[in-house]
Amino acid sequence: MDEIFSGLAHAIQLLVSADPALMEIVILSLQVSGIALALSAIAGVPIGAALGLSRLRARGLITALLYTGMGLPPVVVGLFVYLMLSRSGPFGSLAWLFTPNAMIVAQTIIAFPLVAGLTMAAVQGVDPALRVQVRSLGATRAQEIWAVLREARVGVIAAIVAAFGGVISEVGAVMLVGGNIEGKTRVLTTAIVLNTRTGDFALALALGIILLTLAFIANVAMLQLQGKE
Amino acid sequence: MRESAVYQIEKLKKEYSRRIVIDIEQLEIRAGEIFAIVGPSGAGKSSLLRLLNFLETPTAGQIFYRGQMQNGNAPLAVRREITTVFQRPVLLRGSVRENIAYGMHLRGERANGRVDELLATIGLQSLARASAVKLSGGEMQRVALARALVIEPRVLLLDEPTANLDPHNVALIEAIVREHNRARGTTIVLVTHNVFQAKRLAHRVGLMLGGRIVEVNDTAAFFDSPRDPRTAAFVRGEMVY
Repeated sequence: MDEIFSGLAHAIQLLVSADPALMEIVILSLQVSGIALALSAIAGVPIGAALGLSRLRARGLITALLYTGMGLPPVVVGLFVYLMLSRSGPFGSLAWLFTPNAMIVAQTIIAFPLVAGLTMAAVQGVDPALRVQVRSLGATRAQEIWAVLREARVGVIAAIVAAFGGVISEVGAVMLVGGNIEGKTRVLTTAIVLNTRTGDFALALALGIILLTLAFIANVAMLQLQGKE
Repeated sequence: MRESAVYQIEKLKKEYSRRIVIDIEQLEIRAGEIFAIVGPSGAGKSSLLRLLNFLETPTAGQIFYRGQMQNGNAPLAVRREITTVFQRPVLLRGSVRENIAYGMHLRGERANGRVDELLATIGLQSLARASAVKLSGGEMQRVALARALVIEPRVLLLDEPTANLDPHNVALIEAIVREHNRARGTTIVLVTHNVFQAKRLAHRVGLMLGGRIVEVNDTAAFFDSPRDPRTAAFVRGEMVY
């Protein structure tokens, strides 16, 4: 118990003093997850919206695939990306393995089904009568689609926040494809694993507190946005 | 076709999954009138309104709008002359004012004095900035009506606009509709199962049963001396449905 309290005290001290090693890990985590989130949103929001609006016959199958993707174990994604980027893999020539680029690829794959699937659900959740109503008010097809997306915007934001929570806290994929190299590919989650193993609980706790704080900030921001609606 | 006809309907049919819901031989709706369509639930009244708003394509037959034959894919300019207020108002996220101005926004127009005028007409000036989706049912329907009127449609289609509303809201909405028709000459097609409302508002009334128009007559004649026994039964409240 004492270990936990002294660890907590040390953690707070590290946070207050903005320890450079700690800050480097935090910044890299935000960079990797931020870029992965942006890429998955750029692809996932339009695809999810299109699926939500379409009446494709194959929509059921695509939905099942997306929902399966939402539950993808990160370590499996990590393994897949590892094989793709390893020297003998199809993209080995990029030399991305054990670099932040590989981590971004893995986290984009993890985040994409979350963003697309939850966006699709948000769009499908919009009252179908809304489309008829706006058409009756003289909307063009594009204006009609825009009205639906506007109504679904809280759900789309929730999708992006959920994906952020998913990628910032995953460890399996980034550990495999990043390698947890100090000063190069070490992020919050992999650093927590390492410091716990080496008995540096203070740093591990400090990193854990930061991770929780980031998730908390993201959720508060989402609730604020929902409250404004 | 008569000069004064806004709609001329010929042999119009609409089927859903091989079930005929509209089967109208001939119907004319005149410019500037309030035309009420009464009939029991499932008679095809709302389906007819959707066809008149060109939101759906007929299975067969023709709809002439202001002398031009239109199919379901009427040009945007034509569609923008017509709008519907539905039984269940669907408002958009945003303020009451933004909702009322929505049709103008779709047309690339800026909200102007008309929005404020209508806010006053529906008695919701104090709620102009309030969230529209948090209003009561009656207030929502008043906003939906103002949203339709702000674009000054040539034809206003009302689909059971006061069903489930309290008497105060019913009276308010009826007064606005009557005044708008009188002052601007807007053609209004009112679908209602409430014969008393039809009697209060309409210049002419038509009875619809099983997708067909049974009888159309001036309001007084429709209620006082109906030609068809089914109309007489419906007016007397004897029609069981």
